[in-house]
Amino acid sequence: MPKTTFKIWRGDSKGGEFRAYETEYSEGMVVLDVVHKIQAEQANDLAVRWNCKAGKCGSCSAEVNGQPKLMCMTRMNTLPLDRSVTVEPMQAFPVEKDLVADVSVNYEIKKRIKPFKPRPPDHDDGTWTMHQADVERSQEFRKCIECFLCQDVCHVDRDHHYHLEGKFIGPRFFVHAAYLDMHPADAEDRLADLKERDGVGYCNITKCCTVVCPEHITITDNAIIPLKERVADRYYDPLAKVLKVIGLGGKK
Amino acid sequence: MHSPSPNPRRAPFPMSADPTARAETLPETLPLPTVPRRPFLQTARTDRWWSKPLVVFLGLSAFIVYSTWAALQNAHFEFAGYLSPMYSPLFFDPGAGAPSPHAVFGAQPSWWPGWIPLYPAFLILWAPGGFRFTCYYYRGAYYKSHWASPASCGVGKAQKGYRGEQRFPLIFQNLHRYFLYFALAFLVVLSIDVYRGMWFGPNHDEFGIGLGTLVLAVNVVLLSGYTFGCHSLRHLVGGKLNLLARRPARLRAWNRVTWCNERHQLFAWLSLFWVGFTDFYVRMCSMGLWADVRIL
Repeated sequence: MPKTTFKIWRGDSKGGEFRAYETEYSEGMVVLDVVHKIQAEQANDLAVRWNCKAGKCGSCSAEVNGQPKLMCMTRMNTLPLDRSVTVEPMQAFPVEKDLVADVSVNYEIKKRIKPFKPRPPDHDDGTWTMHQADVERSQEFRKCIECFLCQDVCHVDRDHHYHLEGKFIGPRFFVHAAYLDMHPADAEDRLADLKERDGVGYCNITKCCTVVCPEHITITDNAIIPLKERVADRYYDPLAKVLKVIGLGGKK
Repeated sequence: MHSPSPNPRRAPFPMSADPTARAETLPETLPLPTVPRRPFLQTARTDRWWSKPLVVFLGLSAFIVYSTWAALQNAHFEFAGYLSPMYSPLFFDPGAGAPSPHAVFGAQPSWWPGWIPLYPAFLILWAPGGFRFTCYYYRGAYYKSHWASPASCGVGKAQKGYRGEQRFPLIFQNLHRYFLYFALAFLVVLSIDVYRGMWFGPNHDEFGIGLGTLVLAVNVVLLSGYTFGCHSLRHLVGGKLNLLARRPARLRAWNRVTWCNERHQLFAWLSLFWVGFTDFYVRMCSMGLWADVRIL
C-alpha cells in the first residue's frame, strides 16, 4: 500500500504544534479513515470528533491542507500526495483538544435570532395556503447540517473573531435568519437586529462560505445578499421610504 | 516524536442555564481560538489560491487603464453610424468643427469654462462605473484581488481592524440599486445606438448591417445579461416578497432574473471585455486601421 505523511495539529486550549505521522493508505480511503488509522496505530490519545461518516452530521469539520472540509467527505485521491497532508482544527473557534474545536458559541448565537412568528392564518380552520415556489426558497436553507465550516472560513470570524465579540453572527446564522425571514408564513421583523447587532454589513461577499458548504447551499447569493437588500430597503433607500409612505412598498 | 501535551481541563464554554431562552447578548468570557492567526498572505493551502485573484487583478486593472485612456482621447469614438459605448450617450461633441450626429446637445457649450477640458466620456462613465463598483459580484472579487481582504479564502489578512460595509465609507455600497436604475437606462441608450448603427452613407439614410452593428448588438446583449442578473434587481422584482407565488408576473420575472443572476460572474466578465472591445473596434475603424465589413 502507498504511504503518506499526515501533519496533524496536536494541542489544547493552551497551544499546540503540528506532528508528523507516516502511515499507509489504500484506494477509497477518506481523510477521516487515515486519521482513525493513525489514532489506532500511533496516537491513541488523538482527539477527533466524528459520528455519521456520511457527510450528514457535520461533526468531523477540520482544515485539510488549509481548507475547511468535512474529513469524512475528503477522499485521499483528491489531495496532492507528493507532499505531506496537514490536518488542523477549525481556526475560528477555541480548541478543546487536537482536532476537536469548541463550537458552542454557535448555539448561543442561534438563540439570539428571533424565532418563527406565524402570520394570521389564511383560512377559518387556522391553516395557510403555501405555494411550492415560495416554500422552495427557504427550503434550501434547511439543508444546513451545522458543520460550521462556513463560520470557520469567513474572515470576519476567522481573522477578526467578531462572532466571539457578539458583533457578527456569521454565514450559518444569516442562512438561519434568511430561512425564517423568507418563510411564507412568517411575520417577524428581524431587520433591525440584522443591521445592528448581527452585523450583516460586515459581510463583504467573498463567497468563501458558499465555496466550503458541503450541502452546496448558495449562502451568499440566496441568503446573505437578499438579507442585505432587505436591510437596504429599510435603512439605505430613501426612495423605498417614499414608496412605503404612499403605500407602494414595504410589504414582506 | 515527543509525547503529546497534557489536556488541562478548562471550564466549558458558558452556556445559558435555560436552553430555550433567547440570549440577547453573548457571554462575556469567550475564549479566543487557540490556533494562532496566520500572518498576511500565509496559509496552509497547497493549491494555487493566488491564481484567481491575480487574474481578477490583471483583468480589472487592464480595463480601468484602457477605459481611462480611451476616455481621455476625445477622438476616434465614432465611425459611420457607430458610437463607442464609452462615449454613449454623447452629450457634447468635444471636437472642433461640425458637431457629431450622435451629440445630443451639439457642440461644446459656450458657457463651458475654456480652461476645463471637456471629456464627454467622463460625463457618463461614472454611472456604469458606479454600477460595477457597487456590484455584489465585483465587490467580492476586488475585495480579494485589490484589497486582499482576504486575498483568498483561508489566507491570512494584513488588516487588524475591520469595518466591512457596516460603517463609512463602504456603507455606501448599499446605493447599488440607484446605479442599477442608471444601468437600465443605459441599455435603452445603447439599443438606440445599435439602431443608429444600421444607417450608413454621408447622410445616414442608407440601411445596412455591418460587422460593427453586430459588435454593438452583442454589446447590448451581454450588458443586458449582466444588468438583468443584478442582485438588487432580483430583490426588487420579487425577492423582497415572501408570498411571491401570489403574483405570477413578478414570480416569472424573478425566475428570469434568477437565471441571469446564477450567471452573473460570467456576464460580468463577458460584458466588461466586450465594452472594451466595442470601443476598440470603433477606434480601429475610425483610425483607418481596420476596415468595417458590410454584411448587408
